[in-house]
Amino acid sequence: MAVQTLTYIFVGLTFGLYIAIALWSRARSTTDFYVAGGGVNPVVNGMATAADWMSAASFISMAGIIAFMGRDGAVYLLGWTGGYVLLALLLAPYLRKFGQFTVPDFIGERYYSRAARVVAVVCLIFISFTYIAGQMRGVGIVFSRFLEVDIATGVVIGMGIVFIYAVLGGMKGITYTQAAQYCVLIFAYMVPAIFISLLVSGSPIPQLGFGGTMADGSGRAVLETLDGILLDLGFGAYTDGAKSNIDVFAITAALMIGTAGLPHVIVRFFTVPKVSDARRSAGWALMFIAILYTTAPAVAVFARINFVESVNEKAYDETPAWFRNWEDIGLVAWQDKNDDGRLQYRAGAPFSGAPSFGETRGESGERLITNATTETANEVYVDRDIIVLANPEIAALPNWVIALVAAGGLAAALSTAAGLLLVISAAVSHDLLKKTFSPNLSERQELLYARVAIAVALGLAGLFGIYPPAFVAQVVAFAFGLAAASLFPAILLGVFSKRMNKEGAIAGMVVGLVFTFSYIVYFKFVSPGSNTAAHWLFGISPEGIGFIGAALNFAVAGVVARLTAPPPGAVQDLVDDIRLPSGAGVAHDHG
Amino acid sequence: MTGDQTDTTSSVFHHDDQGNPIGHTSHDNEAVSESRMSAYWSANLKFLGVLLVVWFAVSFGAGIIFVDTLDQYSFLGFPLGFWFAQQGAIYVFVVLIFSYVIGMNRIDKAHGVDDDDESSPAAGGNA
Repeated sequence: MAVQTLTYIFVGLTFGLYIAIALWSRARSTTDFYVAGGGVNPVVNGMATAADWMSAASFISMAGIIAFMGRDGAVYLLGWTGGYVLLALLLAPYLRKFGQFTVPDFIGERYYSRAARVVAVVCLIFISFTYIAGQMRGVGIVFSRFLEVDIATGVVIGMGIVFIYAVLGGMKGITYTQAAQYCVLIFAYMVPAIFISLLVSGSPIPQLGFGGTMADGSGRAVLETLDGILLDLGFGAYTDGAKSNIDVFAITAALMIGTAGLPHVIVRFFTVPKVSDARRSAGWALMFIAILYTTAPAVAVFARINFVESVNEKAYDETPAWFRNWEDIGLVAWQDKNDDGRLQYRAGAPFSGAPSFGETRGESGERLITNATTETANEVYVDRDIIVLANPEIAALPNWVIALVAAGGLAAALSTAAGLLLVISAAVSHDLLKKTFSPNLSERQELLYARVAIAVALGLAGLFGIYPPAFVAQVVAFAFGLAAASLFPAILLGVFSKRMNKEGAIAGMVVGLVFTFSYIVYFKFVSPGSNTAAHWLFGISPEGIGFIGAALNFAVAGVVARLTAPPPGAVQDLVDDIRLPSGAGVAHDHG
Repeated sequence: MTGDQTDTTSSVFHHDDQGNPIGHTSHDNEAVSESRMSAYWSANLKFLGVLLVVWFAVSFGAGIIFVDTLDQYSFLGFPLGFWFAQQGAIYVFVVLIFSYVIGMNRIDKAHGVDDDDESSPAAGGNA
């Protein structure tokens, strides 16, 4: 059967499943809506957390990024999983015991301050929207490539599906839907990974395969082979790093601390019945996450080998079909600089910027681009986002595997988008309306506003997907940097320092935010030309600066708290109570 | 209160230095005494400290700071530092969180603040 037909079948079946689950688990109260009534089994919650956590970035982009970064790609692997450890050990059990709906709830009550709550809401909304924009781009890519509809139609279909299960089901619907989505996405990730590992290394376990030897009979190690290929083409060795150690350290730390501060993942721990369940569910979640995260670097290695071998030195009409398919969408391009009719894949950018295509085709039939050319010998442009999606095609796997990957990519993007939308809607209806501006809201009204907020947020997210702002990639550094510099230190100090007061927490958040924000804006937007190691503070890139922002936050908060009055007795009692696992009711104590 | 109250008491509650059961009649579950609270909290912090040292050692230590040194050794066909950075640290993370689950449950029980039998810890005979 054709890929397109199969994709329609797979995507249709999985979407039908998600909607059926949403209808079956409709939310009837705000507790159901925000935290699933607090009654979700830890293993199911672990799966849902894993799906929530692993976004389009993990499923679609990560292996591709690692494939082109080599050893330095570890910043994402270590950053995202290591941050999860911080979250599980330092935040999750205590926030579960605290037992309210949202992260701003915690900040607002712990620091007995409306201002602190509003600062937290603003951070949260900014972080979440940055993230959603990325998810919607993922949805758009999958639809436009595999269903051959235009991106706008694809995004609208995706929005419709998310709307149904997020608005009807709330957290309850989302939790069970996400558990199903985890199953779909991990199956879709592992099947091609195992196939490709067998093809390249002969081992059915990708995690071991990329340390093994090539299956082509040469007897050489896989990594050595790849190092050799890349060195020949003028790249650095795959197993060596290109970034400085301090920058790798800072980026990893910023991603870790930022990840631990991501509100849509923290809120997942509010859905289990007990504190000990919150801990256990964190363990299951990381195990489910680790399956994909240990496979990704293997996929990266195999994909890089396959990519070079199927493209380099080929004539345009000898290139595999996938090359021309992705060229049609504009995510790969070729510029025949030396007019030999063959694709030379070398180190360096082939031309400046992302390709902008003209109307005409070249002598070999390629789409001509209008970008200014560069001095490098490289003629091939490839968008890193296509690696995972194109991988089954590159390795010539059966059509049903290609369709499966499309369904998995959508599951990853939609599960994260749904979790983010819920967090945004809770921030608006609960933290801004109910807790700040109109405390007299009834539960029914609050639920209505929460649903309206989801619809509005979804509409905005859809616009991001259809008209992706050119700066999506630039602002991703923001999401993690700001979460690291603002939310994480405030929550951590709230639990581990009884002496921390509102003056300290607010001063810390503001200093951390302003510093990180200015640094990123300066290097990404004001003076992008000077965005090089020589100009960076301590040699730390904008991607890693959230680490310094977080350190500043801690330092300022500590000093200011010493100089001002300790928090009131009731708040200190609250901290004592949070530290004890016993006596956690269902999340929410009011209403 | 029924006759098996003493048994329940000795199994649920923690003992003081002389090995005597700590009296509990004045405490319900919500009002854990100040000293028990701080003993529990410092046990918790110590355990967290150990886990975080391991966490730092496998990721920032083996995967970043000492990566080039470790790369001279080979493990399962990988340069060792590269393996820690792209595989090993993640496996250790999973083990860390499950150790945390098991260790914390023990610490909770030892200090009588666990949430396993939420409804009845201080009221032995009611169950």
